[in-house]
Amino acid sequence: MSDITVNTPIGSEPRSAPITAVGPIAWLRANLFSGWLSTAVTLVIGYVLVRAVMGFVDWAFVNAIWSVPVTNGVAQTQACRELHGSGACWAVVTEKHRFMLFGTYPYEQHWRPALVCILFVALYIVSSLRRFWNWRLIPIWTVTLTAIGVLMWGGIFGLPYVPQERWGGLPITLILATFGLAFAFPLSVLVALGRRSSLPAIKVLCVLYVELIRGVPLISLLFMASVMFPLFLPEGMNIDKLLRAQIAIILFAGAYLAEVVRAGLQALPKGQYEAADAMGLSYWQKTGFIILPQALRLVIPPLVNTFIGFFKDTSLVLIIGIFDLLTAGKTAIVEPSWQGFGVEVYVFVGLIYLVFCFAMSKYSQGLEAELNRHRRR
Amino acid sequence: MSDATADPRFRRKPPKRPLRLSWADERIRGIFWQIIVVGIVGTIVWWLWSNTAHNLEVRRIATGFGFLHREAGLPIAESLISYEPTDTYLRALTVGVLNTLKVAVIGIVLATIIGTAIGIARLSRNFLVAKIAGFYVEVIRDLPLLLQLLFWYTIMQSLPGPRQAMQPVDGVFLSNRGFKVPALVWENAHTAAALAFVAGIVLTWLYARAARAKRMIDGQPRKVWPAAVALVLGLPILTWQVMGAPWEIDWPALRGFNFRGGLTVSPEFFALLVGLVTYTAAFIAEVVRAGILSVSLGQWEAAQALGLRSGSVLRLIVMPQALRVIIPPMTSNYLNLTKNSSLAVAIGYQDIVSIANTTLNQTGQAIEGIAIIMLVYLTISLSISLFMNWYNARIALVER
Repeated sequence: MSDITVNTPIGSEPRSAPITAVGPIAWLRANLFSGWLSTAVTLVIGYVLVRAVMGFVDWAFVNAIWSVPVTNGVAQTQACRELHGSGACWAVVTEKHRFMLFGTYPYEQHWRPALVCILFVALYIVSSLRRFWNWRLIPIWTVTLTAIGVLMWGGIFGLPYVPQERWGGLPITLILATFGLAFAFPLSVLVALGRRSSLPAIKVLCVLYVELIRGVPLISLLFMASVMFPLFLPEGMNIDKLLRAQIAIILFAGAYLAEVVRAGLQALPKGQYEAADAMGLSYWQKTGFIILPQALRLVIPPLVNTFIGFFKDTSLVLIIGIFDLLTAGKTAIVEPSWQGFGVEVYVFVGLIYLVFCFAMSKYSQGLEAELNRHRRR
Repeated sequence: MSDATADPRFRRKPPKRPLRLSWADERIRGIFWQIIVVGIVGTIVWWLWSNTAHNLEVRRIATGFGFLHREAGLPIAESLISYEPTDTYLRALTVGVLNTLKVAVIGIVLATIIGTAIGIARLSRNFLVAKIAGFYVEVIRDLPLLLQLLFWYTIMQSLPGPRQAMQPVDGVFLSNRGFKVPALVWENAHTAAALAFVAGIVLTWLYARAARAKRMIDGQPRKVWPAAVALVLGLPILTWQVMGAPWEIDWPALRGFNFRGGLTVSPEFFALLVGLVTYTAAFIAEVVRAGILSVSLGQWEAAQALGLRSGSVLRLIVMPQALRVIIPPMTSNYLNLTKNSSLAVAIGYQDIVSIANTTLNQTGQAIEGIAIIMLVYLTISLSISLFMNWYNARIALVER
């Protein structure tokens, strides 16, 4: 027996570690005060952070004004102006949120765009569940998108007809993003396959398309859609502005998604292609049954990240005057009585974008961890 | 037989099969599908082209780039080269390109510095620093850039007017007309000093290289910093002194309703720059973080075992390896920043998109206007990716 066991009386409890080595104190010492430099940084940042948070709470809650009186349809914003920026004027959001969310859609019909937004969110949630990742997604998308079209336009089932010029706000943002993805994704798969094709003419066409689109900013494509597109079409044939912007976004998204899909096609081991050939499968059988199911699974997380990018990029239609969420926010403060309260409006609009993008980004991170589970040791 | 190619069976080429005019021949099918696809695309392009030609004729829209030499008549607020509204469209567009390059170059430099700092901060062992950096990255990446630009521009506009301008430091004015900072009256001596500064950096680099080569031979470390200080700081100061040491400062001052003198940073430029830099820095931070994490933990431990300090570990061991992972995504972030600078049109900074758009509206020549925008961006994108590919190849060469 060694000395250690001799010195320990039989039956006594093992001694616990010193209080400074475990528990919250140890955590503080390791993560906040591990040295003089770390301590100094913690103290300075802590001070600045506390001041900033207190300032923000003062501005956003303590000194804020949540509503103002309205006389003869004109908001009386004197109270807000007397704050001189020391408090937020959330009254602009209280007063204008219906306009920012739904634009100039007829006021008594606002339940329709609201229902459309809920349908979109439900569609996203269903598509994100892995047990729906099969053929069932196609009918689900077709039915939901048709229902959305019926709700927005109306004209049947006793719903009054609402022309497209009166749509606006959040539904427009969601329409641009969702329809953009729904059409750009199949396009991108075709282009990615074409770029890896052994047929030279098809390969050249796909490379040209992807590289030209990726070399120019989205704005130039949107300008093209708004001023050049009418020149492309025969006389008398006209496509409305929203559809033109939608086409520009589809072409743009298609090129970027094609590169993501191509990365998946390249990441697949060569043996998979060779095995499929050895089975005597035709090109489309090989692609449809062997290659794409594996390649697309590999690139789902970067695909979601690219989709976040497009969701944000739909806000660029502001520049060609389409009434999306951001344009509605910007228009809400054109009214003289609300001028100067841009910060509050942009915080409100920003929060909506943040909720959507943050949810998608968390989903993509979770998915990445789950799909990589077999690689973890 | 260790070498497979030595086996004569592998050197034999497959026999050339004659092209059979049959659906069963794969090559014939390939040619058929190519003809179909090219035919469809060609028909669509031809259809659009003939429509466009017809429409241009009907609407009597002029074509060609003749308008470039006509008088522009559009005012431009800020310009790097001298410009008057009486100048040609060509010169106006050149001003636009220079303005785009100005914000892109300054933006890329600042975004790289800030992004790298945030990326490293996110890996800090200090809990507070890491969490704040993480919060910044998450929030900024989830908000549209256009929204952020409008936000910053609103903040710039809500600053007090020139008469009540804020004065954080003597001589610096902050108002809704932008920043006013004192400017040096530029003379030849300053140009010479700037050249001497560049020469000093080149000489220091050469000296450091020679010192390293000698150290490789005899193992003796040589101090580089005294020579560096003498060359980088001493040389320009000496040049400036020899040329008469001119030192005249142009202070901004309030005259009537606006400022005179000094250097102006316009609110549009400032809002655009802040928006682009904060947005791109968040993406660069993620790239830098992923790059540093890609270096295996063993490299850190081995470097620490050699007795290097944590700064040296980062500089000498980790960064050279991380850079290989960082450079390709960094390139696409630089390209994105340059392309995103086109959002300037939304807040009224006159970059190439804004000026080409005005040109297009004044002349009615939509096709040419958009072609110019696309050509400029394609050129810039191509130049940046060529340079970054060259740099990437150079870094990759270090690997043996």
